[in-house]
Amino acid sequence: MSKRAAAALVAGAMVTVLTACGSGGGGGSADKGAGHKLVVGFSQVGAESGWRTANTKSIQESAKKAGIELKFSDAQQKQENQIKAIRSFIQQKVDVIAFSPVVESGWDTVLKEAKDAKIPVILTDRAVDSKDDSLYVSFLGSDFVEEGKKAGDWLVKEYQGKSDEVNIVELQGTTGSAPANDRKAGFGDVIKADAKFKVVASQTGDFTRAKGKEVMQAFLKAQPKIDVLYAHNDDMALGAIQAIEEAGKKPGTDIRIISVDGVKDAFTAMSQGKINVDVECNPLLGDQLMDLAKKVKAGEQVPKRIKTQEGVFTQDQAAAELPTRQY
Amino acid sequence: MTTAPTTPGARAVTRYRLFWPAAVLAVLLLANLAFTPDFFAVHLKDGHLYGSTIDILHFGAPLILVSLGMTLVIATGGIDLSVGSTVAIAGALACLHISEAADPASLGTVLGAVGIALGTAVLLGLANGVLVARVGVQPIIATLILMVAGRGVAQLITDGQIITITSEPYKLIGGGYWLAMPFAILLSGLVALLTALLTRSTALGLLLESVGGNPVASRLVGIRAMRLVGLVYVFSALCAALAGLMVSSNVSAADGNNAGLWIELDAILAVVIGGTSLNGGRFSIGGTVLGALIIQTLSTTVYTIGIPPETTLVFKAFVVITVCLIQSPNFRAKLARRGAGRRAGVRPSPATTTNREVGA
Repeated sequence: MSKRAAAALVAGAMVTVLTACGSGGGGGSADKGAGHKLVVGFSQVGAESGWRTANTKSIQESAKKAGIELKFSDAQQKQENQIKAIRSFIQQKVDVIAFSPVVESGWDTVLKEAKDAKIPVILTDRAVDSKDDSLYVSFLGSDFVEEGKKAGDWLVKEYQGKSDEVNIVELQGTTGSAPANDRKAGFGDVIKADAKFKVVASQTGDFTRAKGKEVMQAFLKAQPKIDVLYAHNDDMALGAIQAIEEAGKKPGTDIRIISVDGVKDAFTAMSQGKINVDVECNPLLGDQLMDLAKKVKAGEQVPKRIKTQEGVFTQDQAAAELPTRQY
Repeated sequence: MTTAPTTPGARAVTRYRLFWPAAVLAVLLLANLAFTPDFFAVHLKDGHLYGSTIDILHFGAPLILVSLGMTLVIATGGIDLSVGSTVAIAGALACLHISEAADPASLGTVLGAVGIALGTAVLLGLANGVLVARVGVQPIIATLILMVAGRGVAQLITDGQIITITSEPYKLIGGGYWLAMPFAILLSGLVALLTALLTRSTALGLLLESVGGNPVASRLVGIRAMRLVGLVYVFSALCAALAGLMVSSNVSAADGNNAGLWIELDAILAVVIGGTSLNGGRFSIGGTVLGALIIQTLSTTVYTIGIPPETTLVFKAFVVITVCLIQSPNFRAKLARRGAGRRAGVRPSPATTTNREVGA
């Protein structure tokens, strides 16, 4: 340890160069206190939503806090940009590469290059579709199916012991996206066990407020009886709340609302009793990612799949939680 | 023959040209009736009108506005792809101003926000107009610049987040009611009326059509084509900005990433369905309004009938193709010839019957 520390001191100004050399050995230069920093290259999907922005901020802040040098690159929703960014990280010989893949497939070549350069790769938030799972060390992110299941679990518990039919309308996310598919599937799995739960209408609201409101208005007119709304994200739920109010009904009471994400606006609505339950989908995975990067660099064994810490929030918790919501 | 009752009325009011869009709209509306028996029911709820048809008008209002601007641009032979970004920028600017104001609910703040949004729209429209009319960049390229850059600008303004506001006067624009009607409907109706009056009761419409038909000849006869073309881009941007205010006001939030996304394509479609020629030189304000309503009715139909989201786009495409084909006189003539064997001379009545089979 002291030998390495001495080496670090000698290196002085040439911090990056040194870390680059160190990374070739694959050993541990994780002791950040010694003067040279751990370097993490991170390639983000883009800045398409508030969730994503919170995700970016969290990663940048956690890196600063942990004393890790972060090389950040925004792919602007394009795989080619992301591949370029990863290649440049390899050339710069960073210690760890982390990225949120824009799409699921087509990563084998570039990940193989990273592997050959002995740079460990961590996936965040989204998975890749590859037969060779040795190409990355770990996948840190939310489990969307699990989120759907949590939403379903709450519903089952809420209507326990009642035998009346429960009419559910569903606002799906963007058609074909992983969160929309998985949240629908997880929810469906849980509620299909009981025949009283009926999804009477299910349409896409494109994860946006405006569409959520528009679709909900149509639902309210086309469906004679709606008991529960399940929205795949908060924005759609917030839009739908306005539609429900305009129809002269009370959101949260006349129509129970289950939502996913846990953004600040939704917590505000929840504290006003307009959303019944919110399944968290946590973008603040910066700290977990930095811990993971340190562990990986130190050569520790890490699990292949790490789920982000996520909770389920109900109305009574909302008011207490609201001030600490960062996004 | 569900469209029979509308035929004489539509013909008398709008002449032959608007018959097909009106018929398609009627068919779509009636199709809804089969699935939702009280589709046309409108009743008062909390002192305002409430019903599916009101919803269609309400949510169609921003599209009508954007399409009106697009109609005039297309009439001059141009196209404006930047309207979606202008929608986003206008909403973002207005909501930012309101969220930062000391008193978000005051009328002054809201008027200020509207002023900022419309003022910026004039600048954006001028930028497009100068690029197209003075610099001579092709309209599709010139406005593509703002389409791409504008979305980024909107995201910069909102910082990539959704700005939520609470302001009663601002909510009126897109989500409020006036005389029991959604204010948005009245506003876009007024703009449509003014546009129709300005273009049809003055020489403006004629000038626009002549510039669209032949810019060089129009200039040679003394029409200030350059100024006119610049003007329509400003008008288009203003319409888009109003739509942007409506969209953000309706949900009390500005979403730089998604507000007005792809609305330019819907608007172009509405214009085309309405019978305006993409080559320029011929336009129809009434047709555009009908076109926009057809598109919005289509969306509502998808929700009420319960078409699965995975097949929604295919369904919409099918309806759009049908609408376009039915509107084409060549296609109708061909169908008529086939339907009536060798008797190609008699057109109107066999055309209507055979078209029903295709359109159903």
